[in-house]
Order: sequence, then C-alpha cells, then structure tokens
Amino acid sequence: MRNLFQVSAAFEDIMPAEYKSLIENGPFGGDKGVTDLGTFKELLEEHPLCAGCGLALSLRLILASLPNPEHTIIVGSTGCSALAFPQAAVHNIHSLFGNQNAVASGLKRALSLRFPDVVKDVVVIAGDGATADIGLDMVMHSWFRQERITTIMLDNEAYANTGGQESGMSQEGAVLNMAPKGKNFSKISVPELAWASGCAYVAAVTPANPRKLQSAVRRGILAARETGSSYIQVYSPCPTNYKFKPNQTIEKVKSREKDGTYQVREYISDEAQLLFDRLEEVKNG
Amino acid sequence: MLTKRYEVQKGPEGYLPPAAAMMGIVPSEPGTSLVEGQMVLQETAMEKVADALLQAKNPVFFPGPLILWAWKEGVEEKAQAIKELADAAGAKIIPMPDYRPKYPMINPEIEINPNHPNLTIWHNNIDVCLFVGVHCHYANIALKLIRGGTDCYTIALCAEAGHEDAMISLRDVGLDQIRQITEIVKKRKETQK
Repeated sequence: MRNLFQVSAAFEDIMPAEYKSLIENGPFGGDKGVTDLGTFKELLEEHPLCAGCGLALSLRLILASLPNPEHTIIVGSTGCSALAFPQAAVHNIHSLFGNQNAVASGLKRALSLRFPDVVKDVVVIAGDGATADIGLDMVMHSWFRQERITTIMLDNEAYANTGGQESGMSQEGAVLNMAPKGKNFSKISVPELAWASGCAYVAAVTPANPRKLQSAVRRGILAARETGSSYIQVYSPCPTNYKFKPNQTIEKVKSREKDGTYQVREYISDEAQLLFDRLEEVKNG
Repeated sequence: MLTKRYEVQKGPEGYLPPAAAMMGIVPSEPGTSLVEGQMVLQETAMEKVADALLQAKNPVFFPGPLILWAWKEGVEEKAQAIKELADAAGAKIIPMPDYRPKYPMINPEIEINPNHPNLTIWHNNIDVCLFVGVHCHYANIALKLIRGGTDCYTIALCAEAGHEDAMISLRDVGLDQIRQITEIVKKRKETQK
C-alpha cells in the first residue's frame, strides 16, 4: 500500500508509529479479515463507546471485513456510532440525522464521475433510529433508485445515547428508560422492506458469528458495485439501555437467535447470485 | 461598527476568540501577505518569518497531511524544502498526520491535532509555531484556538489564499518561496555571528 499511502521521505523520522504501522501492517490491500483480528493494525482501536457495546464490536468486525478499505468511504449519521467514527482511520462523513442514504447516493455518483477508473465503495453505517425511523424515506428511496451503495444498520433496538427511547426496531413490549410503559407495536421488518424495495442483496446477521457477518458485508459491497443496492442489518445489543452486564453481549445475541426474536437471514437476487458464483469460481481458479 | 483596527496578536485572547475575518481582517492580495492583520509585501513578510523563527526560544513546525503524505507529484520536494527550512531555523518538527479528534487524547509529545492544538503547545512550551500543509478549514480552527488559549506566535505558509488567523500569513507558497525564506534565515544567522 506504499503506493497509495506514502509518507514524504523528509518526514519519515517524525511520523508517529501508529501511522507507520497502519501503512506497514494495516488492513489495506484487502487481504485481511475477521479471522486475522489481533494480527494487524485495525482501523478502529480506542473509542468512547460503553463497555460491552454490541455496536462497537459489530463496527470492529465490519471494518475488518471491508474488501477495499483504502477506497471505501463510510457515511454515518447521528447516534452512538457517530462517537466512534471520528476515531476510525477510514474516510467517513457524518451526515445530518436521517440524511445518510441521500448523502451517500450523491457521493457515489460524484466519485464515479471523479474516479471513473477506480472502484470506490460507499458504505452507509448508521443506527436503527437513523435507518428505520428518521431516515427511512431517504433509505428506501435510495433502494428504489437502485443506488450503488451498501446500507448497514447497527441495530441496538433503541435511541441509546439520548437516554433510551424506543425505536421502530425495538421489540414489542420493550421497556426502556424513556419508554416505561413498553412499546406498543412490533419490530419493523427492514430486511423484508429492503428486499421488496429491490435490493440485490439483503442480510440480517449478528456479531456472534463473525465469519457470517464478514461474508454478508463483503457480499453486500460486491453486489452494490455490480448489481444494485444492498442492505445488511447487524443486531448489536446495548447493555447500557437494556440493562445487562457488558460481558453478556454475545450471550444476549445468541439467546435472541435461539428464541427466534432475531432471525439471521439472507435474500439474494438472481443477478447477485450469478455474480457471487462467478467470483467464487475465479477465487477457486 | 469597529472603531479600532483589529490586530492579530499572540494570545491568550480568552475562550472563544473571534475569527480574524469577523473582525475585518481580509485575505491578502496575490503577491502580498498579512503580518498581524496588516497587508504587506510578501518579501517583508518573509523577513518577519525569519525574525520570528530565529528569535524564538522553541520554534516548532507543524506540517499537515498535505505535505506529510506524498500524495501527489511535487510534495516530496516541498517536504524536503520545509525540512531544510526547519533545520536552518533550528526548529523542531511535530506532525499533524490527520484531523481525527483522537480518543482519549493525542500524545502531545509527538503530534498535534487541530481540535486541541493547545495540548501540544503547552506540553512542549512552544513560543513560535509554523503551519504548513494543513487543509484550510482545520488550519483556521487550530490557529484561532491557539490564539485563544496560548501565547504562541503563529505563522502560516499556505499554498492557497492564506490564513487571517495567523499572526504572519503567506499565501501562494510554493517551493521557490520556501527556499527563499530558508535563504533569508541562513543570511540572518550569518550576520548574527
């Protein structure tokens, strides 16, 4: 990656070690993944999110799964994840609450014009409030328009950094600090909305299965490059607002999968499936 | 209405100082520079830069991403010229590799961040600093913060239209201008011997 990220020779001796490490041993070049975590310099290390935050774990896994981080631009929105993105060593844009898919659409189009010979992956990573509530119109219209972007929802089932309000993604009956009577309607089925809206690839995954999460992220981004919009939902439970111990996050995910209240699932269009098959063939020689 | 012309002086000016632009300081015309808010010929400003660097107890250069990273042709040469200027002036170099507001905080010994530049200036007792290769928006923020919270004298060598918030601001600075300042510094040192 020295061709892309190169320190001016005159300043090599004063460049902090963490930057040299990112160049020499970072994820750039696309040959690192979730199974290599701990062996390379990650794009996100220190962050101010709560202990045991499912979202922080998901974000770490998503960033490790990016197929081409040096040419990836992340568009975020208001929410807990917005506290972590400024720390990430990857291009990222913070958009107004709910605007993320509109911003990403324009960005992708502009990048296609500015860099016609380079594939630039535009990936929206936002919370459930930004994706399923406040920004749902922008999100769905980007899908209707078949924008070549990947939308990833970090689903913690709450507005978690404003005291704990229910979101459209909270389960029916969920009691939160600011929803003491319990939620009156069910969790929105965004994967099915995405599929019905014409997304080429849709997945609901969890950080309890990092390989599956990685596969979904990579498939989503590859599908967005070649076929059309893609959507990935990542259940990322919040110990602070749902009041479980920070070391129980993965346990919580697994119990929700087991009782069927969070279902891991995948929808692939014929066109996207052909693409994945073709890529698999190339990979296997 | 302003009754007295605003002067861009070293601080500390206090919490939330006004942007110099708000106080009526406008970018200099091509071929000229700003010294403490006043437009002067670029050659005059170059002399002032040399004076400020040589009179400082602890001058430090803050190169930003535009010059730290060899991202396009010509940057390496400019970086080398800045290094030579720093060496000639006896200045230390502390980089600003990117603009992330790092959590929990930066290491002020080895880097500077535009969102809290005072940490590096206080930690290292820097009395004169020189910005080069920092994107306009972040240079403006950092220069204003420095003026607000420290008594550090600020210099900006800008490849674009300059920075009103610096005490000395040179615009359209390329390789030739950097080398010219280095020559002035060297000559000054010779005459001081």
